[in-house]
Amino acid sequence: MGLKVFGFKGGVHPLHRKEGTQDKAVERMQAPKLVYIPLQQHIGAPCEPLVKPGDRVKLGQKIGQPKGFVGAPVHASVSGVVKEIRQVPHPAMGQGLAVVIENDGMDEPDESIAPKNLESLGVEELRDLILEAGIVGMGGAAFPTHVKLSPPKDRKIDTVILNGAECEPYLTADHRLMVENPQDVVDGLKAIMKVLGVERGYIAIEDNKPDAIRAISDAVKSVPGAKVVQLKTKYPQGAEKQLIYAVTGRQVPSGGLPMDVGVVVNNVGTGGGVAQPKNLLVRIGTTFRDVIDACGGLVGQPAKVISGGPMMGIAQYTLDVPVIKGTSGILVLTKQEAETPEPGPCIRCGRCVEACPMGLMPLFISAYALKGDYDNSERLHAMDCIECGCCSYICPAKRPLVQSVRTAKRVITERRRRAAAN
Amino acid sequence: MEPLIVSSSPHVYSKDTTARIMLDVVLALLPAAAAGVYFFGGRAALIMVISVLSAVMTEAIVQKLMKKPVTISDWSAVVTGLMLAFNLPPTVPLWLPVVGSAIAIALVKQAFGGLGHNFMNPALAARAILLAAWPVYMTTWADPIHGAMGAVNAAASADAVSSATPLAILKGLEGTQEQLPPLWSIIVGGTRGCLGETSDLALLLGAAYLLWRRVISWRIPFSFISTVALLTWVLGPQGLFTGNAIYHIFSGGLILGAFYMATDYSSSPVTPKGQIIMGIGCGIITSIIRLYGGYPEGVTYSILLMNVAAPLIDRFTMPRIYGEVRADV
Ligand code: SF4
Ligand code: SF4
Repeated sequence: MGLKVFGFKGGVHPLHRKEGTQDKAVERMQAPKLVYIPLQQHIGAPCEPLVKPGDRVKLGQKIGQPKGFVGAPVHASVSGVVKEIRQVPHPAMGQGLAVVIENDGMDEPDESIAPKNLESLGVEELRDLILEAGIVGMGGAAFPTHVKLSPPKDRKIDTVILNGAECEPYLTADHRLMVENPQDVVDGLKAIMKVLGVERGYIAIEDNKPDAIRAISDAVKSVPGAKVVQLKTKYPQGAEKQLIYAVTGRQVPSGGLPMDVGVVVNNVGTGGGVAQPKNLLVRIGTTFRDVIDACGGLVGQPAKVISGGPMMGIAQYTLDVPVIKGTSGILVLTKQEAETPEPGPCIRCGRCVEACPMGLMPLFISAYALKGDYDNSERLHAMDCIECGCCSYICPAKRPLVQSVRTAKRVITERRRRAAAN
Repeated sequence: MEPLIVSSSPHVYSKDTTARIMLDVVLALLPAAAAGVYFFGGRAALIMVISVLSAVMTEAIVQKLMKKPVTISDWSAVVTGLMLAFNLPPTVPLWLPVVGSAIAIALVKQAFGGLGHNFMNPALAARAILLAAWPVYMTTWADPIHGAMGAVNAAASADAVSSATPLAILKGLEGTQEQLPPLWSIIVGGTRGCLGETSDLALLLGAAYLLWRRVISWRIPFSFISTVALLTWVLGPQGLFTGNAIYHIFSGGLILGAFYMATDYSSSPVTPKGQIIMGIGCGIITSIIRLYGGYPEGVTYSILLMNVAAPLIDRFTMPRIYGEVRADV
């Protein structure tokens, strides 16, 4: 293909480990008996529940209404009866209020989810639709998509980038989505371009996914102004800032990957932890335990269960957490894979500096942070860290770099908040 | 079910470890070590073994005394011991490497906090101290027992002669090339000099391995060597552009110093730009000492001087932060 391959500065090349699932077609997982739908799916304020125990809900019915602008509504992923509303383990926040629905297995759809024709919709209508549909970006924070699509008036946006770079090792769900449903992806781009009124749209895909590039390139021909950009396979190519730089050489707000209402494409893959790694279409609210059972169950003792990928994912303390909108994958690591190495002294090899996609000096930020000298961490731009984990991954001395930078960021944020309050 | 491990991301790590990197350096030094034994005989092997053993033992003893965990299994003391031996003439008395290793490990490395905290290359700092304390031992060279192409050098034995190295000849009689050993013998090995610097070919072989393994980057060696080449060519003895750059590159300790010494992690800058500055700085100082200084060789001192400057260089070459010009947020 005559496409130019784009990249960014820094980064690392972890083993992909995608062999387990990259050729596995997406399967629809049978909806479980019970779903636990957290009222807080992403950053921002939690939703107010719109239903109460005993209510009957339909598939796709809105069950939670956001309080602020940075929030997206929550919908029922099955039809059935609301059993209770209570605290459940949450994959990103430890605990959270959730609506527990007993599935009646009928999948009776709510009136609101009738398919609409993209061409016939106006810009405002489309934006409201995205808002109502509760679509969120798949970045770690699951930022609500409609927020990104409502830029302040004084910011001129001329480019939309659809992020098809799935750089985390093990994960292949986006990859499969692009191969199997390229038209959906292209329609998503079309919708975003329309809402934002921009002429130029890119779908960025890493060059180790030639089948996805082919499928999308074909589908995208129908959209004027849109094209596929090939990216170098490198972590964290999918990180927003790195992606934007690679594609346009500058910084622009970008759009997220839109998703269907109430379901996410979910990926369960691992070397040893799960019997049959799969790409599954999972109802939101399904517990990790149910998903893993659908993959043939656990092999031996799981040592670590991660929501997301191995570079940025969050380790879970129980299998009873439900899948939420931002869950890009579930990873089960065996004891051997989960081993956290003993840190040694920094040998000043400079690898972390070279790997940092933000151009930071992780070794120094971390050294100051570990000494409690957060002023100096801040001076060295600790707040610019995107927590991609490249530094910790690459460090031969296995220093807890991103871990300590994270601590520094927390302390600095807290200080700033307090300073602002005074 | 056993409790799940909960730790913050990342959950995977690269296979590279400190010990693996140090082992790679030892492996890379083996061809040059073999060349040293080939050209200078069994005594060279003896010096290397003594140097490595005393480095490792010093590390263990010092760490025991300081009640720190003993980390001799990370191979870093082996690297230091071998590097020191490489920087000794093959004629030194056998107690000299013992003293040198003790200085390198106890004084230069452990006294400053151990691995990663020494601000000078331990082996080079020890060499400089030995040179000041025992100048005669440190500058008595031997003729190699083999020629570059394998011919046995009948006249030579391991007997010490205080004859000149190619660099000394270059310095005194530059331009009269007849006096110099042929270029290929300088590159392949078999001219007088320190144990480890005799065969550039063997050193480059190891350097290629280190570059391939990404243990070192091209930045310091390339900028170091090209600066020396440029300066020694431009500032020639018969006026501008008459210098013998090729001889300068392959004589003495430049290849050893540029690829193995100046690239020492602890004592060189961590920023990519800083590393280039380090190389250029080393190149300038080496050239000045070689061309105008009192010693024929300047590699050791140039690296030590730039070691001292490394923290400062780091501070002034911080990488550009992504998004310093910000469009959103
Ligand atoms: S310092 Fe932050 S941005 Fe840089 S590599 Fe580490 S985690 Fe990534
Ligand atoms: S990668 Fe690790 S050992 Fe190397 S400089 Fe960074 S913190 Fe130090």
